[in-house]
Amino acid sequence: MNKIRSLEGLLNRKQQVVNNPRLHPKSNDDAGMVQVKVGMATCGIASGARETMNAFLEKMERENLNAVVSQVGCVGYCYAEPTVEVHKPGCEPVVFGYVNTQKAVEIVDKYIKRGEEINGILPVDYQTIDAKDESKHKQIRIALRNCGFIDPENMDEYIARDGYAALGAVLKMSQVEAIDIMKKSGLRGRGGGGFPAGLKWEYAYNNKADQKYVICNADEGDPGAFMDRSILEGDPHSVIEAMAICGYCIGASKGLVYIRAEYPLAIKRLQIAIEQARDFGFLGEDIFGSGFAFELELRYGAGAFVCGEETALIHSMEGERGEPTVKPPFPAESGYMGQPSNVNNVETFANVPAIYLKGHEWFSSIGTETSKGTKVFALAGKINNVGLIEVPMGITLREVIFEIGGGIKGDKQFKAVQTGGPSGGCLIEKHLDTPIDYENLTAAGSMMGSGGMIVMDQDDCMPAIAKFYLEFTVEESCGKCSPCRVGNKRLHELLHRICRGRGTEEDLDYLRNLSFVIKDTALCGLGQTSPNPVLSTLDYFYDEYLAHVRDKKCPAGQCKALKQYFIIPEKCIGCTACIKACPTNAITGEKRLAHLINQDKCIRCGACFEKCKFNAIIIQ
Amino acid sequence: MNTTVLQDCQIQTIKDICASFDNQASELINVLHKTQEAFGYLPAEVQQVIAKELNISVAKVYGVVTFYAFFTMKPKGKYPIAVCMGTACYVRGAEKIVDGLKRELDIEVGGVTPDGKFSLNCLRCVGACGLAPVVMIGEKVHGRVEANQLKDILAQYE
Repeated sequence: MNKIRSLEGLLNRKQQVVNNPRLHPKSNDDAGMVQVKVGMATCGIASGARETMNAFLEKMERENLNAVVSQVGCVGYCYAEPTVEVHKPGCEPVVFGYVNTQKAVEIVDKYIKRGEEINGILPVDYQTIDAKDESKHKQIRIALRNCGFIDPENMDEYIARDGYAALGAVLKMSQVEAIDIMKKSGLRGRGGGGFPAGLKWEYAYNNKADQKYVICNADEGDPGAFMDRSILEGDPHSVIEAMAICGYCIGASKGLVYIRAEYPLAIKRLQIAIEQARDFGFLGEDIFGSGFAFELELRYGAGAFVCGEETALIHSMEGERGEPTVKPPFPAESGYMGQPSNVNNVETFANVPAIYLKGHEWFSSIGTETSKGTKVFALAGKINNVGLIEVPMGITLREVIFEIGGGIKGDKQFKAVQTGGPSGGCLIEKHLDTPIDYENLTAAGSMMGSGGMIVMDQDDCMPAIAKFYLEFTVEESCGKCSPCRVGNKRLHELLHRICRGRGTEEDLDYLRNLSFVIKDTALCGLGQTSPNPVLSTLDYFYDEYLAHVRDKKCPAGQCKALKQYFIIPEKCIGCTACIKACPTNAITGEKRLAHLINQDKCIRCGACFEKCKFNAIIIQ
Repeated sequence: MNTTVLQDCQIQTIKDICASFDNQASELINVLHKTQEAFGYLPAEVQQVIAKELNISVAKVYGVVTFYAFFTMKPKGKYPIAVCMGTACYVRGAEKIVDGLKRELDIEVGGVTPDGKFSLNCLRCVGACGLAPVVMIGEKVHGRVEANQLKDILAQYE
């Protein structure tokens, strides 16, 4: 492989790739072949995408069809996995959902061969970064611009979409010029903190040292957020390119990716991409003939949420326990091995090449006054269209949940949406029309966080949700400072008591006071934000807490200790469905006669409640 | 307390792993990853060998092993079961799945069945939130699991 040594060389390569029908990226050309792209990220594979892909390959071979079947990353329609994009020459590409092996055969027979319309096409609801595209879709894909479109293990497909052109352009600028563009773009850290990326780069640039480091935080530990995994699985080169750009800007010749060991597929694809980048000369010595040298290495996390905090992350990379230290000194002064280091997360980096390609004016024209660009959210919970979405800052929660997300599952009542993971809070009905940006979410008692968005309905108990998050914090607290180590444990105990119906009204005051003390005194971001789920639920769902401590009732019917299942004899037709469902044989009764639940044997699992089709079982 | 007696070849395996990282103390986490890959878990005796090779205290190795959730000092079952307890799985009923598995296997979370076949653990978000609730058995991901399917799912692992 000849290394590419100049921007002109890269453009030549791009031309070659674009003119190659096997990699034809442009639509509406009859000369191209049929392309079938199978979404092969972790969740796709778990749903059987590999079998689907094999079915396509076999079928194509049997039918002797001229087609290219390739793997791509996550397309974002998680609710409809496995998903497949089919692109027939001369037609707009279409995405099919729920494609099992049977459906794959049907798609080939009917859609590809005979051009018949078939069911299962998912609506396209996003704009690309192409300025020509003036559609009115709510989503804009910047960080996810290549995810689901290119084969992550094929460098040429990335080059065909202007890959590494941004790096080539930046290497022709001075460091100050390049940092200036980043500052003007207004890009802020997408990992949760929201610190302006350009400023961070400038600090690291200003601190002189022989060896500096660029660090990518890929330790996505926030439960319910998986955008970083999707980017690494679907478009690893964009992160590598951005890290090299950052390295040039701050004067670092080494980059490190700190990645979760729980993401084996992301690790594999990143390793392949790093190898390829070396082969093409985008990593190593004298990149693009500019004299700039940059190398990249992986470091593995081992399952500690606190390692998302940058000082803890750096200690973990040095082989220590991942405990945070007091800032200052910031990593920009003294980071990895005591050298100036710049830490950004995966999504932040994924935005960088697009900013240099399209200009900072373009980027800063999207979003709100203080928050520019887009944010990727992982929509999950009680919502119809579970998936990964990328929306411009300033969109409202209502648009996200009810338009993009398709509303609440099973037509139930919207109750709350939790953003920001264990550091965030719950937002309610009245916040639905608030534009989403860093400041607004913080003002409402939650935070942007890394972008998990969990929707809850009437069946979710808010004190139990707060308890769930505290359980997480207690487990993940590193134990270094006592407000977090002891305080959160106490919070959890109080919530546990409340959920078991043993709490008092004084407990609620104590809960609030202790929360404030922890927020004010904890050492790092984890402890300073861990009481947020408690405080926001106390603010918005105080009645529900009161019901638990005063009436010993759980209005949502979720807290096991506070509920009992009963059968209403008038409604029970004696179908025995509940008897069969009960795992402890607690239900007795003859066929066609009303059944009865033995409360001593009942473990309150709710299996009977779910099985009953006649609403004959009630929770009290 | 059970003690594990390491055989010479096992000690050599650990030494080789340490040597592949130049016996650097800063590579401790990478060494532990590789060792756990080879042994399945990290009993005290293994940690002692690592400490000696990297020239650091056993306390430090133990401190790191117990800090990170990924490292375990207990052997896992032949089919390790991990129930995702991420928020998305939680609101879609992961607790019921854990309760069901505890009942089916008659072990607590963190335990191993007496025949060593299954072990039960919870983990934080595998990032397959679209399939919630998710149960991982070995490498296989089972999505949209319901409590009444558990018996059938476990029966697949004979």
